[in-house]
Amino acid sequence: MPPLRILVPVKRVIDYAVKPRVNASHTAIETSGVKHSLNPFDELSIEAAVRMREARTKKPPPPNSASTPEVADILALSAGPPKCADVLRTAMAMGADRSILIEVGEKEEQLEPLAVAKVLANVVEKEGCNLVILGKQSIDDDAGQTGGMLAGLLGWGFAGQAAKISFTEDGGGIEVAKEVDGGVETVRGRVPMVVTTDLRLNEPRYASLPNIMKAKKKEMRKVGVGGVFGWRARGGEVEDGEGGGAEEEGGGGKVEDVDGLVGRLKELGAL
Amino acid sequence: MSATSHSTAHPSPESPPDPLDLSTVPPTPITHLSETESLMAETVRKYATTTILPLARAMDEAETMDPAVVESLFEQGLMGIEIPEDFGGSGMNFTAGIVGIEELARVDPSVSVLVDVHNTLVNTAIMKYGTQESKRKWLPRLATASVGSFCLSEPASGSDAFALKTRAEKVKDGYRINGSKMWITNSMEADLFIVFANLDPSKGYKGISAFVVDKSAKGFSIAKKEKKLGIRASSTCVVNFDDVDIPSDQLLGEEGQGYKYAIGILNEGRIGIAAQMTGLALGAWENAANYVWNDRKQFNEYVGSFQGMQHQLAQAHVEICAARALVYNAARKKEAGLDFVKDAAMAKLYASQVAGRVSGQAVEWMGGMGFVREGLAEKYFRDSKIGAIYEGTSNIQLNTIGKLLQKEYTKS
Repeated sequence: MPPLRILVPVKRVIDYAVKPRVNASHTAIETSGVKHSLNPFDELSIEAAVRMREARTKKPPPPNSASTPEVADILALSAGPPKCADVLRTAMAMGADRSILIEVGEKEEQLEPLAVAKVLANVVEKEGCNLVILGKQSIDDDAGQTGGMLAGLLGWGFAGQAAKISFTEDGGGIEVAKEVDGGVETVRGRVPMVVTTDLRLNEPRYASLPNIMKAKKKEMRKVGVGGVFGWRARGGEVEDGEGGGAEEEGGGGKVEDVDGLVGRLKELGAL
Repeated sequence: MSATSHSTAHPSPESPPDPLDLSTVPPTPITHLSETESLMAETVRKYATTTILPLARAMDEAETMDPAVVESLFEQGLMGIEIPEDFGGSGMNFTAGIVGIEELARVDPSVSVLVDVHNTLVNTAIMKYGTQESKRKWLPRLATASVGSFCLSEPASGSDAFALKTRAEKVKDGYRINGSKMWITNSMEADLFIVFANLDPSKGYKGISAFVVDKSAKGFSIAKKEKKLGIRASSTCVVNFDDVDIPSDQLLGEEGQGYKYAIGILNEGRIGIAAQMTGLALGAWENAANYVWNDRKQFNEYVGSFQGMQHQLAQAHVEICAARALVYNAARKKEAGLDFVKDAAMAKLYASQVAGRVSGQAVEWMGGMGFVREGLAEKYFRDSKIGAIYEGTSNIQLNTIGKLLQKEYTKS
C-alpha cells in the first residue's frame, strides 16, 4: 500500500452541552455568543488518523498494528468563518500535521453538504490525498451526507460509520466494521477510500500542553472559498422555505403496528 | 512602590526586571485569554472531568493521591507548564499555568495544589535561580518524571519563615543538612525537594540558602503524614534531614540568597493559590447551581427558582467574578514585569475568603445532599479552609497589603 496521505475534514459546531435556541428571525439556530467546539465525530476522525501514524512510530507499537501502512501526511481542513481556526488548532494539537482553512464569511451563503463534498474533492485532488476520514455527521445539521457524496464525486470506495478500522495482513486493504442492528457488518476496500467515523471507534485524546504549543508552529493555510478551488461553491440548491426555517415541524403521525401502517398507507393511496 | 513582599519585618527582594511598556497596548477585558490559554483551559477541563473527577471522592476518602493521576499529569504536560520546550516542558506563559491550576481546582483542589506547588514554587525556583547546569540537570526531570516539593516551614517557623532552624554546613565537596521541616506539600509523591537551610546563623536570615535534595539522599526521611480536614488527597508531611550530604552543585543559586529567593517565589506562588481558590469556588457554585436549577424540586418548583435562593446564587457569582478579576490581573501584571506584590496578596486573600463563603453556602443550598459525602459539595467546603492558611495566612496577606498601602499614602 502506498504511504497514506490522510485528509480529515473538521467542522466547528455549537458545543454538544449547549442547549440550542432558534434565532430571533426564526431562520436558523442562534450561533452568536454561543460556545462552539470541534464536532465530536471529527475528534474521532483525527484520533483515528493519528493512531494510524502511531502504529509505526509509537514504542512499543500498539497491538494488531503491524500491517498499518506509513502515514505521510495528516491534513485537517475546515470551511467556515475565521473562528474555525480554533478547531483546526485543536486538530493540529491532537496530531494533524497541517491545516487548511477555507474562509466562508458569516454573510455568505453557508455550504450545504454537496458543496462541502465538492470543495473536499478539489482539495483531495490538489493535495494528493488517498484516504479521507470524516465524521459520519456533524451534530448541528445532522445531515450525514458529505462522506457518501464525496466518495461518489471522487469515484472512490466508501465505508460508512466505522466502529473499527484495520488493515488487512497483506497490507493491501482496509477493513471497516460498522455496527448495525443485527450485529457487526464488515466491509473491505482499497485506497483511495472515504471512511466515516462512528462513536465507538476510539476515545479521542486531549491535546497535551506541549502539543498545544507545537500546534502554534504548524502551517495553517487560509484560502477563500471562491478562488483557489475552481467553483464558487453554492449552498443555494435548497430554496429557503416560506416562514419555515428552524421552527417546530408538524411531525408525522404514529401507527401502532404493521397492520396499522399498511392501513394508513392504503388510506394515503401509497399502496 | 517598592516590592516588599513578605510577611515579617525582613528585607525586600531584589528589584524586579524592567516592566513591559504597556502604553500603546489596547486594553482588553481582564478575563480575555489568548488562543493558547483558552485551548489550554478547555483541554485541562476535559482532562480533569474525565480523568480526575471519577477518582476525586475515593482519593479524598483514602487520603491518597492516585499514582495514575500523577502519571497522567506528566503525560498532559501539566508538570512543566512554564519549563521551556528545550528542557522537555510545555513552554507556556505564567497565566496559562494559572488557568490550568484554576481548571484543576474546579474539579479537585487536591490535584490542583500538587500541580501548583510543583510548577509555581519548585519549577520556578530552578528556572529563576538555577545555573544553566542545574537547569539542564533538574528541569527535564521535573517536567517529565519527578514531582517537586518546597521545604520552607518548620515546627517553630511558619509565618515567621526566616526564623528557620535547619542548618547547612560546608563539608568537603558540598554541604551537610540537618533539621526538620513541617507542613511539606507533595512530600509523599516528590522525588526532588527544594530545602531552605541556614548556612551561617550568625548572619541571621542572611545566612539562609536554598538547596536541591534528592529523595534518595542518605539521611533524608519522611517522618509523619498529617491527617487533614481538607485537600486530603494532597500529602502534607514532616520531613527530616539527618546529616544529609549533597554535592556542591546542588546549592541553588548563591549562598546566603535563600531568603530573597523564597520571598520572590512565594509572591508568585500566591497567585497560584488564589487561582486554586477561585477554581474551587467556581466548582462548588456550579455543582450547587446544577442541582438547584435542574434536579431538586419543592412546592412543585426548582428550589433555585425561589428568589431567596436566586439572590444568594447571584451574590456568590458576583464575588467569584470579582475574585477572578483580581487573580487574572495579578497574573497579567506579573507577566508584564510590573510590581504585583500587593495584587497577589489581595488576590490570595480575597479568593480564599470567597472560596470559603461560597462553598459553605453551596452546602446549604443543596440541603441534605450538600451535607453527605456522596457528592462533592462538602468536600469543596472542607478543601476551601486551607486557602486562608497556606502560602501566607490571611492575616499575613493583610499585613502585606496594609504596609504597602501605608507606604503609598504616607506623605513623606
